[in-house]
Amino acid sequence: MLGFSQDEWTAIFLSLRVATVATIFAVPFAVLAAYALARWKFPGKIMLDSFLHLPLVMPPVVTGYLLLLTFGKQGVAGKFLYDYFGLSFSFRWTGAALACGVMGFPLMLRAIRLSFDSIDRRLETAAGTLGASRTWTFFLVTLPLALPGIIVGAILCFAKALGEFGATITFVSNIPGETQTIPSAIYTYTQVPGGEGQALRLTLVSIGIAMAALVASEVLNRRVQKQIAVFE
Amino acid sequence: MTGAAPSLSLNVRQQRKDFLLDVAFEAGSGITALVGPSGSGKTTILNIIAGTLRPDAGRVVVSGRVLTDVAQRIFVPCHRRRVGFVFQDAQLFPHLTVEQNIKFGRWFRSAQADGPAVDVVTRELGIGGLLNRRPATLSGGEKQRVALARALLSSPQILLMDEPLSGVDDARRNEIMGLIEHVRDEFRVPIVYVTHSRNEVQRLASRVVRLEAGRVASVGSAADLPGDDALKPRSDFAST
Repeated sequence: MLGFSQDEWTAIFLSLRVATVATIFAVPFAVLAAYALARWKFPGKIMLDSFLHLPLVMPPVVTGYLLLLTFGKQGVAGKFLYDYFGLSFSFRWTGAALACGVMGFPLMLRAIRLSFDSIDRRLETAAGTLGASRTWTFFLVTLPLALPGIIVGAILCFAKALGEFGATITFVSNIPGETQTIPSAIYTYTQVPGGEGQALRLTLVSIGIAMAALVASEVLNRRVQKQIAVFE
Repeated sequence: MTGAAPSLSLNVRQQRKDFLLDVAFEAGSGITALVGPSGSGKTTILNIIAGTLRPDAGRVVVSGRVLTDVAQRIFVPCHRRRVGFVFQDAQLFPHLTVEQNIKFGRWFRSAQADGPAVDVVTRELGIGGLLNRRPATLSGGEKQRVALARALLSSPQILLMDEPLSGVDDARRNEIMGLIEHVRDEFRVPIVYVTHSRNEVQRLASRVVRLEAGRVASVGSAADLPGDDALKPRSDFAST
């Protein structure tokens, strides 16, 4: 179909699965972290902020290696998750999703935090005077108003996850059918004689998916903005 | 409801960045105007009554119900105070329709049967035709009418208004003042009304608390207000 080999289709579907799962699992953490950084005062806030942004500035290989040390079979978190929940990340697509989620997290966090920062706090005060507790205010006022930023952040994370290479290959290697996403497959094809055609096809697919994601983000964002009309 | 007569008793102290707020006054039903130059503590007082700010010391009692008593360690959280707040720029929820905005308080206080009915308030404030609109499509005057309806429908025991007419054009100002008079006479809750307008004070307020640098400079009726010069230490008490 479309001239793609079975291996190429496998890499495409795996990439989409890894990026989708990474984004879905990162969203609630990013919303919570962004809200905490935007609204709460607590000791060590600057340190937490810096820590959460580390994957953005550290070499991806370093992030991947740290994930291997932490979430590998012998890592503290990896051992705990395997022993108690049967969750395994080493050399599995779930590990690729974890690496992609971690790498995309800071981009999503920044977009969502900007969104929280731009909300007029007096709207939250107004909700409070009308009887809404902080929790209700968050779900009925703050979260809907931050939705455009959450959508943008999620799409950025998804796009980043699709292109993630260094952390993924360091953490879960490059196993066809299990951890070989589009970037890893492109890398593999460029290393073997006669693989240029396949590398080029996957490159075009990669560009297509990334463009589709960004267009979808813009369309969704406009639709939400129209609904919310934040910028009166 | 406590059954006590509508009233406000406030005696609080709060260290602000540039002044010490130390005020005490009482208010009954009707409108008590809070006037004074910018930075004299008017909005701080509203925030203390609303429960968005904890005073360093003192008490706030509304209609016999203690909302804040620092010595007794009583601090009723904002959302349990039953305080209606009308902000300077309405602060309507932009993602909700007018109808959803005015019913917002009802989602949390529906069990309380002592509040006014939705259709009565929408009719009296003339917003029946706006219910399906979004705040972004409303004029300044319409927004304030909706904000007033929203505050009233949350069954408040006290209504706080922070320069509610400052964003309304002159043509609509009289009309909204008429509605505020109606609310004052109909709903019988104490109203604390912050303004810079002498005209609003004279038309609406039965009692005027004049603040200067965080202290009560005088308490009296609108007729007792000193001349413009005494009222404008920073030339911001415009006689509009």
